[in-house]
Amino acid sequence: MSLLEVKNLVVEFPSRRGTLRALDDISFSIAPGEILGVVGESGAGKSLTGASIIGLLEPPGRVASGQILLHGQRIDNLPYEEMRKVRGRKIGAIFQDPLTSLNPLYSVGRQLIETITTHLPLNQAQARKRAIELLKDTGIPAAEQRIDHFPHQFSGGMRQRVVIALALAAEPQLIVADEPTTALDVSIQAQIITLLKTICKDRGAAVMLITHDMGVIAETCDRVAVMYAGRIAEIGPVHEVINHPAHPYTAGLMACIPDMSVDRERLHQIDGAMPRLNAIPTGCAYNPRCEQVFDRCRTERPDLIDAGATRAACWLHAQQSTKLPGVTA
Amino acid sequence: MIAATRRWLDGDIGHSFRNSPTAIVAALIAFVCIFCAVFAPWVAPHNPFDLATLELSNARLPPAWHEGGSSNFLLGTDDQGRDILSALMYGARISLAVGFASVVLSVVIGVAFGLAAGFLGGWVDSVLMRLCDVMLSFPAILVALLIAGVGRALFPNAHEALAFGVLIVSITLTGWVQYARTVRGSTLVERNKEYVQAARVTGVAPMRIMRGHVLPNVMGPVLVLATIQVATAIITEATLSFLGVGAPPTSPSLGTLIRVGNDYLFSGEYWITIFPGLMLVLIALSVNLLGDWLRDALNPRLR
Amino acid sequence: MSTIEKAVQAHTERNAPLATADAAPANAAPLVRATDLAKTFDVSAPWLNRVIERQPRQLLRAVDGVSFDIARGETLALVGESGCGKSTVARLLVGLYEPTRGGFEFDGQDAHAAFKTPQGLQLRRRIQMIFQDPYASLNPRWIVEDVIAEPLREHAIETDPQALSARVDDLLRSVGLSPQDRVKYPHQFSGGQRQRISIARALATQPEFLVCDEPTSALDVSVQAQVLNIMKDLQRQQGLTYLFISHNLAVVRHVSDQVGVMYLGRLVELAPKHTLFDSPRHPYTRMLLDAIPKMHDTGRARTPVNGEVPNPLNPPAGCAFNPRCPHVNDRCRNERPVLQSIGGVRVACHAVEEGRI
Repeated sequence: MSLLEVKNLVVEFPSRRGTLRALDDISFSIAPGEILGVVGESGAGKSLTGASIIGLLEPPGRVASGQILLHGQRIDNLPYEEMRKVRGRKIGAIFQDPLTSLNPLYSVGRQLIETITTHLPLNQAQARKRAIELLKDTGIPAAEQRIDHFPHQFSGGMRQRVVIALALAAEPQLIVADEPTTALDVSIQAQIITLLKTICKDRGAAVMLITHDMGVIAETCDRVAVMYAGRIAEIGPVHEVINHPAHPYTAGLMACIPDMSVDRERLHQIDGAMPRLNAIPTGCAYNPRCEQVFDRCRTERPDLIDAGATRAACWLHAQQSTKLPGVTA
Repeated sequence: MIAATRRWLDGDIGHSFRNSPTAIVAALIAFVCIFCAVFAPWVAPHNPFDLATLELSNARLPPAWHEGGSSNFLLGTDDQGRDILSALMYGARISLAVGFASVVLSVVIGVAFGLAAGFLGGWVDSVLMRLCDVMLSFPAILVALLIAGVGRALFPNAHEALAFGVLIVSITLTGWVQYARTVRGSTLVERNKEYVQAARVTGVAPMRIMRGHVLPNVMGPVLVLATIQVATAIITEATLSFLGVGAPPTSPSLGTLIRVGNDYLFSGEYWITIFPGLMLVLIALSVNLLGDWLRDALNPRLR
Repeated sequence: MSTIEKAVQAHTERNAPLATADAAPANAAPLVRATDLAKTFDVSAPWLNRVIERQPRQLLRAVDGVSFDIARGETLALVGESGCGKSTVARLLVGLYEPTRGGFEFDGQDAHAAFKTPQGLQLRRRIQMIFQDPYASLNPRWIVEDVIAEPLREHAIETDPQALSARVDDLLRSVGLSPQDRVKYPHQFSGGQRQRISIARALATQPEFLVCDEPTSALDVSVQAQVLNIMKDLQRQQGLTYLFISHNLAVVRHVSDQVGVMYLGRLVELAPKHTLFDSPRHPYTRMLLDAIPKMHDTGRARTPVNGEVPNPLNPPAGCAFNPRCPHVNDRCRNERPVLQSIGGVRVACHAVEEGRI
């Protein structure tokens, strides 16, 4: 039974110029202990997906329809107090900027202990012991002394480790990590993604890793969902999606990324840009830019269709045909 | 012109305006007051500054709805026989003129100093900021009294003509500081932005960068401050006139009228003080509210 | 052919290229020669605080002795992590900062001396810069036409208003934008389009040398591909020389001819692209290449990386990398290595010099 299930989620932003659909009918699931990557370019809606799951959608954004189920129970319609208990205890969060994720006025230990005592039945001494263990597990040297330090006394990578410790403090089953390594240097990034992988596998926590960096996804995730214009374009095991993409957008994206192993004179480029939320084309959102577009793409929006090892929202796979265009009757 | 206005009304600021009843009411009131002030010679029933038309026999008549009042003088008359309603309009004229003039001068001086301090930095910045600190420690009233005293000593015979100059100068002298500080802060931010660096790489001279690039981007908060400060300037002018160092009694501003009427308040002739007071409150309030709305309307875009 | 490629080709057919890169003989003097460039910032607390609290002066050695050559028509890429000084080097090369020590020669003449004279304006025509943040590099209150025309007006390249407009149109077309975009404001464009406007502005004076400070770091991958392709096409047609700053090694591999790796204000390795990526010498370069998340070949074991970049205010003595280096010895802790040619590559490492690795 899946840990997290998102069914037909629609998130809207009512504005005076009309209602903008930021997420349009998203469905996916995360199994316990699995690492799911959510990748896409800016404006695709990946951060919004994470925010909806944690329940931190900024008003006027709201969940217009659909369901988010954690262990089979709906969490998208919970009142504030109930959601607060879920957040932290069942779902932990890691955000992009470690500097603003920690309260600069309180010591790291105090923030950890506060989270632990809020969600677990431990007293102060036990909570402190647990906090020190957490800091050690996340690789912070001299944890017994550093637990009383303030956030500004840590470097960027260390702070992100503290944020990971904070997210894991109450033993959540799901961690939503929104661009956790984007603000870090390359060498620190490598350390953090290794840490995230090992610590989550050790504790059996599933991770939803949101990022725009395909390299990080390739190194860390089990499955990946590629988002485009508020919809999921493709979802499947990570190596299948990267090496045998079934959706033309995924294929284009992979081809755009400069590769360390291959020298090319020109990078492949996808002409045009992702459509704005108020100008999404009818049918498949990618159709104006797609090199394999045909009539059906312009009128009907595809659902996720089985395409070999992955599922892609593309009419090319509608007849269980191969990825060659023009084969459909 | 009409198309432009319609486009503006449809835009974000216009939309915010239409949706804010406070802003609409405030704008209406301000418009009426300014209209009366600007067109006073045509709108007002009498000319209270023309000493030839005043008759002492008309002095201290109550407003038209009291007995003893006359429909000729709708809001009554003051101790010199001036029609209060007309005096309100003419007085508002002076108040608004002094208010706007001092704010315009403050903005010019403050923005110039703030730009210089922020852009040039170094000792220029230090000197100007210390000057700001010094100016802030003087209340406007004291400065005004000081300048008025100095003016009177220097030009004992030019009292009347000088009065307005003194008023404007004293309000300006204490008003420019907040613009300088705000602009300095914004300039420091904009100076490090890459479009300014791009201009420097191209070789554009610092003065042209300040004027062409930085200035348009720091004016936003200044406009908001200026609108609100018009109200403060008007009230300061009224205070100064009330204290006797402002507009002379022969061409009274609202503050002077209030002072004059103060003496008669307890004998029951309230109209000489209360109506100018109400007018002052209306003007200051409406301008303040407009300034508040402007700040909120501009804010999301400034972010 | 895509629209952008068509536009670029149309532009080429209209304007003859200025200088052909392939005409330069092998022993021609380099266009840019930096010698022992250094820049130190005084970040001490204000004087009063220092006196009262007895705090020492704090000097930030952002760039500490960097030397390199760039031949005409080539691209030198500088890579490194935060705090390594690559952005400061970029700003030194366009005259935004004055060097504390050393300098650079542009086409044989001392550039910083020239910047101070009235002839400095001539020099500024030939050196231009493209910035990282597409949202801050264009004045939000100016329309695109004024943004691109500013260098033309400043250097009095075109005084006739019609000719000026025509030139602005040309520049817009050369980066794949339409001339109708000239009346729009920057906020009406996407990040990638804004970066293209920045490129058009930089090319307005027909410069020979472009310093690009992380021009695609803030852009999405597909937009990055478009912008990098345009930059390469323009380089080929106009014989431009680039200094390309980036922290993304995959992008660097795509655009550069030579690569320099910086760490804490010093150059640790400088080599032709293929040599650097195929056989990196310096331990830091190896660590960097190892640390990049790879899309394919992910099952490989890697040497774990330890430590973080030290505080630039307090660099370690000797070799700056010594606290994190797996090959450190006493000499590394005390003596700062010099950038020297070893086997066709310039490396600053005692272990490489001694043949230990």
